[in-house]
Amino acid sequence: MNETVQEIAQQEYKYGFVTEIEADVAPPGLSEDIVRYISEKKNEPAWMLEFRLKALRHWFTMKEPTWANVSYPPIDYQAIRYYSAPKQKKKLNSLDEVDPELRETFSKLGISLDEQKRLSGVAVDAVFDSVSVATTFQAELAKVGIIFCSFSEAVQHHPELVRKYLGSVVPYTDNFFATLNSAVFTDGSFCYIPKGVRCPMELSTYFRINQAGTGQFERTLIVADEGATVSYLEGCTAPRRDENQLHAAVVELVALDDATIKYSTVQNWYPGDKQGRGGIYNFVTKRGKAFNRAKLSWTQVETGSAITWKYPSCILQGDDSVGEFYSVALTNHYQQADTGTKMIHIGRNTRSTIVSKGISAGHGQQTYRGEVKILKNAENARNYSQCDSLLLGDQCGAHTFPYIEVRNATATMEHEASTSKIGEDQLFYAQQRGISAEDAVSMIVNGFCREVFRELPMEFAVEAQKLLGVSLEGSVG
Amino acid sequence: MLEIKDLYAGIDGKEILRGLTLSVQPGEVHAIMGPNGSGKSTLANVLAGRPRYEVTSGEVLFEGKNLLDMPTEERAREGVFLAMQYPVEIAGVNNIYFLKAALNAVRKHRGDEELDALEFLQLAREKMKLVELDEAFMNRGVNEGFSGGEKKRNEIFQMAVLDPKLAILDETDSGLDIDALRIVAEGVNALRSEAHSVLVITHYQRLLRYLVPDFVHVLANGRIVKSGGKELAEELEQKGYDWVETAEVA
Repeated sequence: MNETVQEIAQQEYKYGFVTEIEADVAPPGLSEDIVRYISEKKNEPAWMLEFRLKALRHWFTMKEPTWANVSYPPIDYQAIRYYSAPKQKKKLNSLDEVDPELRETFSKLGISLDEQKRLSGVAVDAVFDSVSVATTFQAELAKVGIIFCSFSEAVQHHPELVRKYLGSVVPYTDNFFATLNSAVFTDGSFCYIPKGVRCPMELSTYFRINQAGTGQFERTLIVADEGATVSYLEGCTAPRRDENQLHAAVVELVALDDATIKYSTVQNWYPGDKQGRGGIYNFVTKRGKAFNRAKLSWTQVETGSAITWKYPSCILQGDDSVGEFYSVALTNHYQQADTGTKMIHIGRNTRSTIVSKGISAGHGQQTYRGEVKILKNAENARNYSQCDSLLLGDQCGAHTFPYIEVRNATATMEHEASTSKIGEDQLFYAQQRGISAEDAVSMIVNGFCREVFRELPMEFAVEAQKLLGVSLEGSVG
Repeated sequence: MLEIKDLYAGIDGKEILRGLTLSVQPGEVHAIMGPNGSGKSTLANVLAGRPRYEVTSGEVLFEGKNLLDMPTEERAREGVFLAMQYPVEIAGVNNIYFLKAALNAVRKHRGDEELDALEFLQLAREKMKLVELDEAFMNRGVNEGFSGGEKKRNEIFQMAVLDPKLAILDETDSGLDIDALRIVAEGVNALRSEAHSVLVITHYQRLLRYLVPDFVHVLANGRIVKSGGKELAEELEQKGYDWVETAEVA
């Protein structure tokens, strides 16, 4: 566009601080010994170790995928530390005993670990580097039978549930990064909503990578039993570092008959600096399985990471099940994102909706990659897909790869796509009416994202709008 | 109100305005007429501060302040409004929301209280009647899917709400049927007062039948070659632009 658009006075990434805290770290490298070390650290039962080792052995036979429309130097998987835990003196009995430095970190991030903050009504599980630090509201949730705890705790206290559902949606052989995660994941969140229970509050996990040279491999498993309903929020930040850090998470959702799971993410990992140095490599596998009449809904706002590789997907296994994907992804400076979704229609009368909004600014490159598959027995399946791209400036790019595979003639498919550009003329028009260019861009971007933002829980929607504002700050002048 | 002194300006290195001088007093309506390529739209865009237009020399004072030093949005906030020849569409941004943001930016600049949604709506409804725009338009995207005539009426509606000191109408009459022309002219006439000035840029005389100017200037080759009263417009209509261009040479 014009040079004013190039004049970028980018606001610094405000979550880029590092917490000075003693950590228990594993030596770099990946081997059976490391996996055993992690498993032992976590005092895991034999079946869990077995799961990890099977994954590791499988991983050694796999090759890193190259089909994504992103480029980065090869990752040395032997240089990464696969375990880092903040050192704590003893087992915690209550939140008050959490290391004050850690509490300080989370309060900087705007996450209150104080149960006093009942007003916000959000139960939080906070994951710092590899370890889940605190889960709020646990007692209150337990009253209605909801289990919400760190993954490690779940392995200890609810092994039957974990064993039954772990890998049931994303098998350990699934893909390079998911398999890696299956071998070395350290913690994450676990949530179980019993039959017929509607979770009385939003559940939330905050992930933070702190330690240099560590990867974060968290594992989230959410099971909504028959007729249960839950809304889950996920937020992510990391310090600014010059080197790239690897984040390879797995999220599995299981919605049994008549259950509903709504999963919302505001991903704000450190994106790297204006020259494209540093930043998180975010290679994440997220997938849910919906049984009869169940509903899965993914909503994501992706503004961070140097590279995003992520396709939250729905397996619509049961009849009359519903899958939704609402996404806003923003790439600025040298960020790259290859993101989208998969909707696999297996059951009859299954329905899916995809609304993807991609915004590219600076030298950002963005790809929407979506797959809609209607299998043979999926009578009367319906899909509606809409992929819109918005470009700011002429150095960025947007690419769309929709894959559609229909094996049942009764299916109804709709696909819409558009690409637009915030033009000099639009900015001039707004400025001529007295509106600053920044405000004009923010108005246009928010208007563009409206359909997705209204899917977010209220608090998150406000946060998401602000985040987009900050991430785009200075991308016009 | 507006003092343009010996202005040289152009676009992409091409000089279009060559020594234009014009003075507009408060309350006056000036018409700038001229053949295609004479520099009419360049003048409008230079005054509004459109990117890519460059001023090479000369001076423009707006209420005694150097207009050319101000960024685009500040000119707007100071009270310069340009009704555009080709209003752009901004999809997804609500028309009424856009205008409220604009008005409040202007009010804030002037030191006035910002209007809340209710007060704004009241004002907007009143002004909407003026240009006979249906309320349904307000909740659509800015100019999104509007016809040519609706876009022009939306420009006049925005002007009425923003209440600028100097309104510049850049070929607002182009592409309008006779009814729309009348509506637009009435909208502008409603703004006329001792505190408001209007610069009407047009190729044809027909708008000036409804919107009677105090002065008419003929622009040719980037400068004003003839000035007069409203009768000059009629004379031009009869004799064509060749007449003044030849007159200039002679």
